[in-house]
Amino acid sequence: MTNLKPSSEPSVADSAELLAETSTETGRRPRAGWRMLLPTMTPWLAIGLGLIIAIALFGLIGPHLVGDPRAIRDMGLTGPSAEFWLGTTQTGQDVLAQLAYATRGSLQIGVIVGLLATALSAFFGIYGAYRGRVVDEAFSLFTNVFLVIPGLPLVIVISGFVPAESRGLWTIAIVLAITSWAGSARVLRAQTLSVRNRDYVAASQVSGERPWRVIVVEILPNLLPVIASQFVFAVIAAILGEAGLSFIGLGASNSSTLGTMLFYAQNGFALSLGAWWWFIPPGLIIALFGTGLSLVNFSIDEIINPKLKNLRLHRKRARRAARLERELAQATRRNGGVPTQTAKESAR
Amino acid sequence: MSYFLRKIGFYAVALWAALTLNFAIPRMLPGNPVDILLAKLQQRGGTVTPETREAYALLLGGDDSLPLWRQYIDYLGNLFQGDLGVSVSYYPAPVSEVIAQSLPWTVVLVGLATVIAAVLGVALGAFVGWKPGTWLDSLIPATTLLAAVPYFWLALLLTYLLARVLGWFPLQGGYDVVLTPGWNAEFIGSAITYGFLPALTIVLASIGGWLLGMRNMMVSTLSEDYILTAEAKGLSPRKILRSYASRNAVLPSVAGFAISLGFVVSGSVITEQVFSYPGIGGRLLGAVSNNDYALMQGLFLFITLAVLGANLVVDLLYGLIDPRTRARS
Repeated sequence: MTNLKPSSEPSVADSAELLAETSTETGRRPRAGWRMLLPTMTPWLAIGLGLIIAIALFGLIGPHLVGDPRAIRDMGLTGPSAEFWLGTTQTGQDVLAQLAYATRGSLQIGVIVGLLATALSAFFGIYGAYRGRVVDEAFSLFTNVFLVIPGLPLVIVISGFVPAESRGLWTIAIVLAITSWAGSARVLRAQTLSVRNRDYVAASQVSGERPWRVIVVEILPNLLPVIASQFVFAVIAAILGEAGLSFIGLGASNSSTLGTMLFYAQNGFALSLGAWWWFIPPGLIIALFGTGLSLVNFSIDEIINPKLKNLRLHRKRARRAARLERELAQATRRNGGVPTQTAKESAR
Repeated sequence: MSYFLRKIGFYAVALWAALTLNFAIPRMLPGNPVDILLAKLQQRGGTVTPETREAYALLLGGDDSLPLWRQYIDYLGNLFQGDLGVSVSYYPAPVSEVIAQSLPWTVVLVGLATVIAAVLGVALGAFVGWKPGTWLDSLIPATTLLAAVPYFWLALLLTYLLARVLGWFPLQGGYDVVLTPGWNAEFIGSAITYGFLPALTIVLASIGGWLLGMRNMMVSTLSEDYILTAEAKGLSPRKILRSYASRNAVLPSVAGFAISLGFVVSGSVITEQVFSYPGIGGRLLGAVSNNDYALMQGLFLFITLAVLGANLVVDLLYGLIDPRTRARS
């Protein structure tokens, strides 16, 4: 049922050979052991980590530094000022204080849903593929069905049926997790299928290891970068999903997240009153956090898919060769067929 | 041929799963939707006969007199007759009529925006992937920023900048309300003006995914032997890009089109809410806030059906354009 060809998907198993190849080209040794699982530090990774850490700290520490987000003041809608850095809402509530609490709420739900969805996808993806035959067929069918059923309308319908008073944080988290695990499970299944048939897995099976041990000790470590990248995506998806749900008023009751802030901003006519300080910061935090996570994912991608890295090296070499060739040709033309060292230098 | 049969079989199973989910959700969750719905119906001046009650009980559960399997069969029977009940919030219009009214808006808006985003994203992605390692690569982080932006927030932002500050576009709605809907130039022009901002939102928010997917496939494709052969033959780079690399690299994007459609439909549900657009998404949210469970169920079924149908078409087309898919199964 899968359209994505396994051959087109990056395979973790290829990485060792490719890394060896790269090292002979660059003359550097490949990094050893567990360090191979860590991404190299690039400017993009640094920016991504910086964004994540800054926003996480704001969510963790911020609520202790700001005042009461619900306190109503007799001043109405005011723009940013020295006292209220991000202005106030219609009822005089401090936007910055609300933002700090809302960031904490959003991060909380993102991590919970990320963990739940990753666990679900690991179970259906890895266990099904490891058992093979009927179990694999059934799990794979189940996964694909969940993949094609549109998630958000389903979430909306489920939230619509649950009365508002019993719609807590965990209800929303579970509903979001149930509708978001399928894509990762499918990728994990393809990866597990390729790892499962390796000799060392067969060896451990022959030596009488129990299935759960083979999965956890032999197979899982190979899939860790993939799972890490999927966890990161699951967190982004969860934060976005929850924000959307809260924005239409179907989020967890008595919780405050960035989505609820936007809901109140929209309902308080922030848009038509031009109160940009009310609705821009919450969305910006979601966008920046999501960008940070995606940037980290790019770096993880380089471990999962060494082709991306090696190809860049190849390209660089090809470009250098092309440039030299061009210079040589120019020099040849100018000097009537005799390329000399001075001509080559002047061509530069 | 077995490829096509397998695909059709899979979508039949998926359809059955969606129908069953629709049957199970109201029965598994707390609350009694039938009573709420009937109370609303009476408020609107509808007469509640025992038959009406029975029909809603089949749709939403709550009728304990029949065994569950019997309810299930009757529910499926009602669905195949196209009977989705009467909408409470648009009383006395039946649910199917409300859906039929709002459908064209969403189909045109989401369909056009998705096609534009896909074509633009794939073309840009092919171009960026063709020259990896150049300054064009720095476009990638910019697109991830766009992909991480919540749809509805982008909608709010665009509305604020383009509609409120600059005043180029109307704030919300699907057409100028003084006009009567019809196939005349004035009305269509108004619909285009009103639809521009929602469409722009969907295109901007979804283009990043296309660009990135195509670019990554392009980078992998360039290391294939047939590209080397083509270069060795002395073909012009433009021809290699068009006839060799792009054609092979675009295949996963075509397959991804179907899956992304589900995401786009989801995203556009909330986007429609921001713009008060008279499409399916706006109706769904309206139904939720009005406790119009019959309309809610009908819309969910319809959206699922549309996404499944689009997936099926793309899958069948995929079997045609990539013969390897057929050979493998």
